[in-house]
Amino acid sequence: MEINELLIWARGPAFHWALAIFVFGMLLRLFEILSLGRKPDLSAARDSGVSGGLRTLFTRSLPRPAIFSREPLRILNGYIMHIGLFVVIFLYRPHIELFGGAWSGLPTGVVDAITAVTILSMFVALLMRFYSPVLRHISTSGDYLAWLITLLPLLTGYLAYNHLLLEYTQMLTYHILSVELLLVLAPFTKLTHLFSFVLSRWYQGYLAGRRGVES
Amino acid sequence: MSKPSVEKGIQFIKAQIDAPVASFFSSCVHCGLCAEACLFYTETEDPKYTPINKVEPMRRIWEQEYTVLGKLKSALGLSKPIDEATFKEWETLVYDGCTLCGRCSVACPLGNDISGMIRKSREGFAAAGYAPPDLIGATQRAMEIGSPMGVKLPAVKAQIRHLEEDTGLKVTIDQQGAEYMVLLSSMEIMNFPEYLEAIARIMRQAGKTWTIASTAFEATNSGIQIGVSDLAKVIVSRIVDAAESLGVKTVISPECGHAYTAVRWEGPNLIGRPYKFEVKHILEILDEFTKAGLIKTEGMEEARLTYHDPCQIARKGGIVEQPRRLLNKVASNFVEMRDAGAMNWCCSGGGGVSANERAEGLKLKAFKRKKTQLDELQVDTLVTACANCRLTLEEGLEENGMDIPVVGLTEMVADHLVEEERGS
Amino acid sequence: MSKDLKSMEQEHANRNSKTFAEHLEQNGISRRGFLKFCSSMTAALALPAGSADVMAKALAAARRPTVIWLSFQECTGCTESITRSYSPTIENLIFDFISLDYHHTLQVAAGQQAEEAKEHAMKESYGKYLLIVDGSIPTKDGGIYSTIAGRTNLDLLEEAAAGAAAVVAVGTCAAYGGLPMAKPDPTGAVPVSALVKDKPIMNIPGCPPIGLVMTGAIAHFLTFGRLPDMDELGRPKAFYGDSIHDRCYRRTFYDQGLFAKAFDDEGARKGWCLYELGCKGPTTHNACATLKWNDGVSFPIESGHPCLGCSEPNFWDAGSFYEALSVPQGRTGETILKAGAIGVGVGAAAAALNRSNKSAAVEGRETITVEDLKRES
Repeated sequence: MEINELLIWARGPAFHWALAIFVFGMLLRLFEILSLGRKPDLSAARDSGVSGGLRTLFTRSLPRPAIFSREPLRILNGYIMHIGLFVVIFLYRPHIELFGGAWSGLPTGVVDAITAVTILSMFVALLMRFYSPVLRHISTSGDYLAWLITLLPLLTGYLAYNHLLLEYTQMLTYHILSVELLLVLAPFTKLTHLFSFVLSRWYQGYLAGRRGVES
Repeated sequence: MSKPSVEKGIQFIKAQIDAPVASFFSSCVHCGLCAEACLFYTETEDPKYTPINKVEPMRRIWEQEYTVLGKLKSALGLSKPIDEATFKEWETLVYDGCTLCGRCSVACPLGNDISGMIRKSREGFAAAGYAPPDLIGATQRAMEIGSPMGVKLPAVKAQIRHLEEDTGLKVTIDQQGAEYMVLLSSMEIMNFPEYLEAIARIMRQAGKTWTIASTAFEATNSGIQIGVSDLAKVIVSRIVDAAESLGVKTVISPECGHAYTAVRWEGPNLIGRPYKFEVKHILEILDEFTKAGLIKTEGMEEARLTYHDPCQIARKGGIVEQPRRLLNKVASNFVEMRDAGAMNWCCSGGGGVSANERAEGLKLKAFKRKKTQLDELQVDTLVTACANCRLTLEEGLEENGMDIPVVGLTEMVADHLVEEERGS
Repeated sequence: MSKDLKSMEQEHANRNSKTFAEHLEQNGISRRGFLKFCSSMTAALALPAGSADVMAKALAAARRPTVIWLSFQECTGCTESITRSYSPTIENLIFDFISLDYHHTLQVAAGQQAEEAKEHAMKESYGKYLLIVDGSIPTKDGGIYSTIAGRTNLDLLEEAAAGAAAVVAVGTCAAYGGLPMAKPDPTGAVPVSALVKDKPIMNIPGCPPIGLVMTGAIAHFLTFGRLPDMDELGRPKAFYGDSIHDRCYRRTFYDQGLFAKAFDDEGARKGWCLYELGCKGPTTHNACATLKWNDGVSFPIESGHPCLGCSEPNFWDAGSFYEALSVPQGRTGETILKAGAIGVGVGAAAAALNRSNKSAAVEGRETITVEDLKRES
């Protein structure tokens, strides 16, 4: 297939299939989770579970000093990676267009630099997974797959923008296809955490809130 | 009645998996930060003690039973099965290598309640016949005798007699309509009789009526520790029945961590209905009494001392400020441990670990964490509010040649009560 | 008529016997003007310094080759572009140093006379002439959808290509199929390269291509006797090596993240990047941003309109000209709704399964007694 045809396919039918699988898969996962239900807690609440749940949604994004002091690099790297991904996905104008274009972005050059840092953080994360005994012990093939499908869009985007390795149209096409791969696989890997974190933090925060416990 | 089996274990874990558990497994990104929160990992540096690894059997069951993808994987023969070997391998991680301290649950960036899942996992391990023999023994004693340490009512009565003779204080048993019903832990009855005296003096000064139930003086709940809800329910029902038939307003949970969790939070869910009385921890009561001016203290401990937050009381119970307010009333040289409060480190003996002879070596290794915390502070006295913590700390300190007395906070407060005889 | 033909042949012979230098002289073009032409050509072709002299020498000595221009399914835009835009600059002279023996729009002769002229030229210069094609070739139903003098384009191309030294596909239709090939492609249109397999082919895509690009590529052929270096799409790299985006004077706004969001907004007035208005510059390779159009006056982006990507294959089927490259084509909302509906359906089924699976586990549980905790003892 000639590259322009592939690009049209990637921007058209392939995107729609990938998006459909993403939406379908995430909904399926959501139903799978919620269907297991939760018994009402009959103990007398000391405080509000709802406000605890809402609070925990945010507080778990903050570093906890007792843990941070033990693994500062891993936690910092996690921030860099997540903030980097957020910036790259949501603050780059051409990507914003994809979401309807309703907000303003950062200068493209800045996004480019952040992409480079984010890619770097991905490799730092990989090295940690290789060399930390804990991470090696608990890592599964799914972790490496999730890593790869997250890296590919970043890498191809960076290479395309900077005209490296392949001609721009080709790299752009592979970039779009790699995003589609990510969409297709996300619901079936640990990347489900991009929505399920709301549920897990909520449940934990709700429990902690009822008990009047910090969370 | 049927024999324990793998199938039964799987079924029990299946029954425990709910939406929160499913969301936790869906969210886990294997970041490994829970290991950094766990004293079994930090002190052994053995990655198998990573908290999320301890619930791997439960994760497999969740994936295979409750996800389409997992069923697909099973059909293709790609899933790791759960068998005898799995239960055998994980038994020591789930029981010996976890005190249910809940530190991992607070550390997880995704909000995963890992210690809650370990608690749930124990239901399956117990049903499969993979609970530690010592915990089975303790549970059997709790069921048959009424107390995991085999303490019977006559022993309690003997203590009460001693107390009444020594101090002239009055302790009633089964007093109908008393405001408070006081629970004790076997360890307090056996090892720390000071507690009962402290309660009696405090109640006298506060002018409150209180009683001990002859059918439910024991606060501890082995069913919770071993992870058998059916038995935990029987044990907690004794307390509920006694409290409701005596018509007390409030049940006071003693200085015992898991007892508080059992009776305060798990109890109503075990019996399937809310209580007709309140449950409070003794520290909450003391705080209320001092705030209301019902009890007054005098004099200050001058020794340099620190407070060890029992996990179930602080991190999982929400009682963090009360002990500090109390300590500041009776101690002039109170210093905080590093990570004090909600992130305090476990004593290393909670969650049934101290009752599990087999885990002794591991427990002492894990105690190094507390030793490090204490070494930094160089205190003269260690105060806590859990008899199990107290015993574990005493053993650990002795093992490490550290001469630091461990004191219960309730006793310390009682020691400083302004003695003014109320008419008797 | 035979007299006409004879005099034409005579004239043809005369013209072809003259060198380009002689021809220039005869037409009153100074040597200085010629050299200027050569240096601008070599610059456009990105040839090394000193090539202007080589080109001047080669062109001066060149015999004007026969060129046959066949127009198929096209709009004549390519011809418009090559003839009208530069007049009367020296680029027009390119037609004076080739012998354009057949071009049914430009030639004076018409009808049978024109066809005879072509046949004659093809016979005379068999194996040496340059064949230029604009327009795609319909292949469906035996190619009946476009015929000249009763013969199908398919037939004409086959015949003309047989004796050509090389074929130049001018315009996107000849190069890649172009608009006639757009969905639903009723005529089964194909580009020249789909039919001619045994001759060197050069594509000069664009809708239309820039006049200077056409003349430059031909000058290269005349200077070096071969087609210039080409990319994998058969385009001379000298003109199609860079993307519009990379050479665009508005690129700096892209890098700063400054975009026009409507044709009449502040950004548009300030000349910001047109990416969000659908500019296909990033994926389009052409010389518009450097050579520009109308004698270097402007090019679409400079005039405030996004690049359509007209020199790229399939640009006609690549979705809206006015949607950003990063925006997928088609109704995204509809896809989400459909997938959502299926997800809810399958999810509900999976949920029902989970619920019955769980309640079986919960209800099937036997109450545990202490005795049940002990394994084989």
